[in-house]
Amino acid sequence: MITKGRGIARGSATGNLLISDAPISFLSGVDPETGTIIEDGHPLKGESIAGRIFAFPHGKGSTVGSYVIYALARNGRAPAAIINEEAEPIIATGAIIAGIPMIDHLDLPLSDLPDGASVSVDADAGTVSWEG
Amino acid sequence: MDLDREEQAILDGEFGETRRKMMELLVGLGTVFGAERLVPITSAQVSGASYKTIGRWGLEWLEGLDARAVVPTVLNPIGMDRHRWREMGIPEEFAGKQEEVVAAYERLGIRLECTCTPYYLTNTSFGEHLAWAESSAVSYANSVIGARTNREGGPGALAAAIIGKTPYYGLHIFKNRQPQIGFSLDEPTALQGAADYGALGHLTGGMAGNRIPIFFGIRPNRDHLKALGAAMAATGAVALYHVDGITPEARLPTLRREVDETIEIRIAEVREVFSAVEVDAIAVGCPHLSPAELEHLAGLLGGKSVKKPFFVFAAAGVIAENRAAVNRIEASGARVYADTCVVVSPALDRFDAIMVNSGKALAYVPTMCGAVARIGSLEECVAVATA
Repeated sequence: MITKGRGIARGSATGNLLISDAPISFLSGVDPETGTIIEDGHPLKGESIAGRIFAFPHGKGSTVGSYVIYALARNGRAPAAIINEEAEPIIATGAIIAGIPMIDHLDLPLSDLPDGASVSVDADAGTVSWEG
Repeated sequence: MDLDREEQAILDGEFGETRRKMMELLVGLGTVFGAERLVPITSAQVSGASYKTIGRWGLEWLEGLDARAVVPTVLNPIGMDRHRWREMGIPEEFAGKQEEVVAAYERLGIRLECTCTPYYLTNTSFGEHLAWAESSAVSYANSVIGARTNREGGPGALAAAIIGKTPYYGLHIFKNRQPQIGFSLDEPTALQGAADYGALGHLTGGMAGNRIPIFFGIRPNRDHLKALGAAMAATGAVALYHVDGITPEARLPTLRREVDETIEIRIAEVREVFSAVEVDAIAVGCPHLSPAELEHLAGLLGGKSVKKPFFVFAAAGVIAENRAAVNRIEASGARVYADTCVVVSPALDRFDAIMVNSGKALAYVPTMCGAVARIGSLEECVAVATA
């Protein structure tokens, strides 16, 4: 399967998909040392985003979240790629300064993506693809 | 986005990794905001200047960049006066980290002015495109000067400074600058100094939210407009407002004056913003004082001595060019600090109640300093300090 989207931050990556149906604040929502989601009440609290293709609707919270995404990358705990429904400046800035491929506006809703399966993001081509 | 040949070459890495990254950031943000192209800017103001905000990762990111700003660029206020931080009681460790951040920006070709009033340092003209970050500076540039800027984030403004361009969307486009809500006053002539306009802005910012207001019937000068806009940017998300017949775009026939809703503010409501609560310190210069305001304050404080700590904040360049007024103010025991302000400096955390002459400071002092805030005119501030 392949679906089209809009490239925001260049690059490509393959990894296991992790889908969040809730937005996320990286500042105080993700531990920059471990890549674990620590936001109270977040449906994925305790999950690690490190090395995953992390799909979530959009960012929220402080603009300092951009630097947390950069910190995750420097610590080797960043997502392999980011998929958003609708990119906003905090996540877009973080992904670009951290060098994480990022895509949004997919033809499919996030919930139609194969949660947990291996998927490939090619932000330069603007595609997300997987087996099956 | 449509990029010209040079922009595409920068994005392809022909001008180095830092410029490639900065162009990727501008294009990425432009895509997010639906911009079709970039527009050249004449100056930039970068936020993310405080170590407290950006932390060690932000500092590391800055230190890894290798390029220079191509337009005049200043920084947001930081947590301390760069030269008088000891006198302000700033801990050595904080000062050291703050200096590292400032040094990282200096290496990127950014002028070491940390101010919310860049318009006093670099000539900024009607119709120019800018990439400014601090909310009151953005409001002044758009509203009082008629220049055009969105409110930039830290990395986006830095990218604009290094490339010399910013995505063309939002307030860069004239049709997005039309008023959306009106305000009038029952007694417009009752408004006197900057504190009155600050109180008016404190009231109306929340009502405006993120809409563009137009005021009818009032006749503020530039310092009054500064106070009005700063307060509306604090209690609301107002990045542009108009004053009919006064601000530059509201003197143009092309500005639409019909709005869906006009709210009449009673002067009694403005007066209710003022209180008589006991204070243990006074702070003025939010936004940083103009040369005229420094002169005015010097006249009020001349020959007197303050009995309470009296903080005055202004841009380093404005202080340097108005030395006589600054000396007269300091002779009273008041202190004139550069690079910082009541909102971002930890130096004012030790006070329980602070008197200000600013609607913006009135909004931020309770959360940022953990103190009760009281607004009064400059004359009242001096009276309370010298009583």
